[in-house]
Amino acid sequence: MTPLNIINEITAAFGADMVSVEGYGNRIMVKATLEALPYVTSFITKRYNGALATMHAADHLRSDRKAFTIYVVIDIASMDLYVMVEADVPEKPGRYNSLTPMIHSANWYEREIADMFGLIPVGHPDLRPLVLYDNWPTEFHPLRKDTDGRPLKVMTEYPYRMVEGEGVFEIPVGPVHAGVIEPGHFRFSVAGEPVINLEIRMGYVHKGIEKISERMTYSHGVILAERISGDNGMAHATAYCQTIEQIAGIKIPERADYIRTVFLEMERIYNHLGDVGGISLDTAYNVGAQHAYIIRERMMQLNECVSGSRLLRSINCPGGVRRDLTKDDISKIRTTLVKAKLDFQDFVGLVGKEPSIMDRVETTGRLSTEAARSLNVVGPGARASGINRDVRRDHPYAAYRDLSFVVHVLKEGDVNARMKVKIAETYESMSIIEQALDKIPEGEIRTSLAEIPPGRTGLSLVESPRGELVHWILSDEGGRPFRHKIRDPSFCNWLAMEQATPGNIVPDFPLVNKSFNLSYSGNDL
Amino acid sequence: MFDSLKKGYLKKGVVTGDYPGTPLKAPEKLLGKPVVFDKSRCGDCRACIDACPSGAINDRVNISLGRCVFCGACAEACPEAIRMSSEFELASRAKPDFDVEAAGRAMERKTSKAFGRSLAIREVDAGSCNGCEVEVNALSNAIYDIERFGLHIVASPRHADALLVTGPVTRNMERGLIQSYRAAPEPKMVIAMGACAITGGIFRDSYAVLNGVDSLLPVDVYIPGCPPRPQAIIQGIMIAIDRWEAKRF
Repeated sequence: MTPLNIINEITAAFGADMVSVEGYGNRIMVKATLEALPYVTSFITKRYNGALATMHAADHLRSDRKAFTIYVVIDIASMDLYVMVEADVPEKPGRYNSLTPMIHSANWYEREIADMFGLIPVGHPDLRPLVLYDNWPTEFHPLRKDTDGRPLKVMTEYPYRMVEGEGVFEIPVGPVHAGVIEPGHFRFSVAGEPVINLEIRMGYVHKGIEKISERMTYSHGVILAERISGDNGMAHATAYCQTIEQIAGIKIPERADYIRTVFLEMERIYNHLGDVGGISLDTAYNVGAQHAYIIRERMMQLNECVSGSRLLRSINCPGGVRRDLTKDDISKIRTTLVKAKLDFQDFVGLVGKEPSIMDRVETTGRLSTEAARSLNVVGPGARASGINRDVRRDHPYAAYRDLSFVVHVLKEGDVNARMKVKIAETYESMSIIEQALDKIPEGEIRTSLAEIPPGRTGLSLVESPRGELVHWILSDEGGRPFRHKIRDPSFCNWLAMEQATPGNIVPDFPLVNKSFNLSYSGNDL
Repeated sequence: MFDSLKKGYLKKGVVTGDYPGTPLKAPEKLLGKPVVFDKSRCGDCRACIDACPSGAINDRVNISLGRCVFCGACAEACPEAIRMSSEFELASRAKPDFDVEAAGRAMERKTSKAFGRSLAIREVDAGSCNGCEVEVNALSNAIYDIERFGLHIVASPRHADALLVTGPVTRNMERGLIQSYRAAPEPKMVIAMGACAITGGIFRDSYAVLNGVDSLLPVDVYIPGCPPRPQAIIQGIMIAIDRWEAKRF
C-alpha cells in the first residue's frame, strides 16, 4: 500500500463530487463535503487502521470561504502518514453530522468544538458543555474571531449522569483535592466499596490558551507552549517549534535536534520517576516513594544545572535551541545518569518484590485493549494495554531516527502494567541519552527564521512523557497563528480512566489515577 | 521489609539539605532575577519590551517580577544591558509590580504572630500549568523536607492556617477558591505563588482568567517565579511567618 493507492481508493469510494484528494510528502489532504465527512473519516480510520490524531474547527467567516471549517487529522502510523480531512460548515445553521457514533474517540473533540465555535454535532450522544459551564452564557464562543472580552456571568446548572438504585451512593470529589494536584471533579457512584460508575468533569483550569496563542508572535508562543502543561513543557515546546519549522520549510541544525532529544528524554525520566514514586506512595509504601523522589530531585537539579530551569523551560525556539550543551554539561549529565541508574535499580528491586505493593497494583484499574483502541488512548497507558504505538518510532522527529530503542508493550492493562512500562521506559530513556551524547555532532544550534508565510498549515506530533501530543497551526499574517490547535495526550486518556475505574474499590482510585498521571491543564487548555 | 530498611535508610544516609540555615549558591546557568545592569545604554529600541512574552517590561525599562516568567528572552534580545542573575530569593510582602502605589501597600499584619512556630498549608491550584505543583510536591521530598521547619502541607482548607495559591484564578475555579478560603479557620493568610498567581503571568487578560489572586482575596506574601524553585517557596513561607528576617530556621 502506498499513499497513491490510498488517494485512488478514497476517490473511487466516494466519487469526485464528494471529495477532492491531494498528496504532499507524507500527507494526504482530503476536502470533503459536509455530508460526506463522517463517512470519509470512518472509512479512512477503519480501512487503514488510522487513529484520530486531532479534530478541531477554525473560523473562516471573514475570508473567501465564508464558513467554519472542520479539520480532522488521522494518523496512519504503520505508513508514517497523516490524512487531513476538512469540510466547510456554513454559519447558518451551524450543524454537521456527528462523527462520534462511528469514531468513538471524536466524543470530546466535538464537545469542544461546540463550546468554542457553537457548531452542533447532530447525533452526538452527550452534548453537555465540556469547559464552558456553570456561569458562561451559552452564546459565548471564544474562538470565533469576532468574540472578544469576558462575558457576564449567568447561572446554569451542569447536569450530572445519575446512577440510581437501592444502596447506590454518590461520592463527589474535588475540584480541590487532598493531594497537591490540579483541580478536577470526580463523581463516583458506589454500591458498597466498589465503584459502579465514575464521571469525570474537567475544565476547571481552562485559561483560553488557544485564544492567547493567536495574539502571540511565534517567538512568544513557544514560551506559552511551555506552560500548557508544565511538566511536559519541553515536549510541547518541541512540537510547537517543529510545527513552525515545517511551515517555514527549514531544517534545523543537527546539533539542535540532538539537544532537543536529550532534553526530551530527561523530561521523560523525571516524569516517570514521579509517577512510579507516586504509585508507591499511594500504596502507603513511603520508603520506596522517597527513594524515587530522591532520584527525581537529583534529575531536576541536573536539569537546572545544565539548562537553567528545573522544568527544562526556555530551551527551544523556532529554528533550533537557545541553549547549547557544553562539554562540562555533557559530563555532568553522564555522571548523574550513572548514579541515577544504580539508584533506580535499587528502587525497582524494592518495589518489584514488595507484596504490599503487588497486592494493590495487580489487576487494579484494568483497561482492555479494545477499549483503549476505541478511545484512542495514547502513551504508556496505551502501551500497557497492548497497543504498540510510539511517535518516536512511528513518525521519527528530532534525532530519534539515528538512535536505537525498544518500545515496551504489555498486555495486562492494569496499574502494574503501566508501572512496568514506565520503569522500562525510564531505562530506555537513559540509554537514549547516552547514545545521543555519544553521537552529538558539533556545529550551530540555531538557524534564523525568515518570514513565516501566511495561510499554511503545520502539524507536529511528539511523544511526551504522557503520550503523543499534537500541535497544529494555521499561519496568519504578522507572524502569528490564525488558529493554533493543541491536543495534549491527557485529552485522549481521561475517558480511559472512566473505563478503567468501575469495578475497583474507591481506595484504589488514587492508584489508577496516578498510573495514568494525566494533566488537567493540558486537557482544559 | 528488612531490605527496605537496609536500602532505604542505612545505605542512603542523610540526604536532606541545610537550606536556608546555610545560604545556597544557585547554579550559574539559573534563569533567576533579570537585572538591567546598564540603563545608560537604553535608548528607544524597545528590543527587550518586544521580546518579553508576558509584558513584564514597561516603557521606562523597569521589570515587574510579578509578571516576569523568567524565560530570559529580554537578556537574549539585549545582552548589552540585561542579564539573568542567579538570584532566586525574591518573595516579598509588597506586590512586585509596576504600580508604585500597589507596591507600597504592604498588607496589614495581625495574624503572623499566631503562627510563629509552625504553619499548616493548603495548596490550592486556581489554574496553574502544574509547574508550581511539581515544585510544591518537591518540598515534601527527603531533600527539602519542609516538615523539619514545622511546615505541613495539609489535605483540606479546614485544617489550614495558610492557602498557598497558584495559577491566575480561572473563571471556573473562582468559586472553588472562594469556598476554600471561607473553609479555612481564622486567623488565616494567603500566599500567592508564581507569576500567574501574582498578576496572571503569561495568561494575563485572557477571557477565562482573573489576573491574579489578589483580585479575589487579600494576599499576604507574593513569591515570584515561573515556577519558583523549592528554596524560593521556603523563603516565601518563612517571610509569611516572620521567620526569615529573624533567621529562625
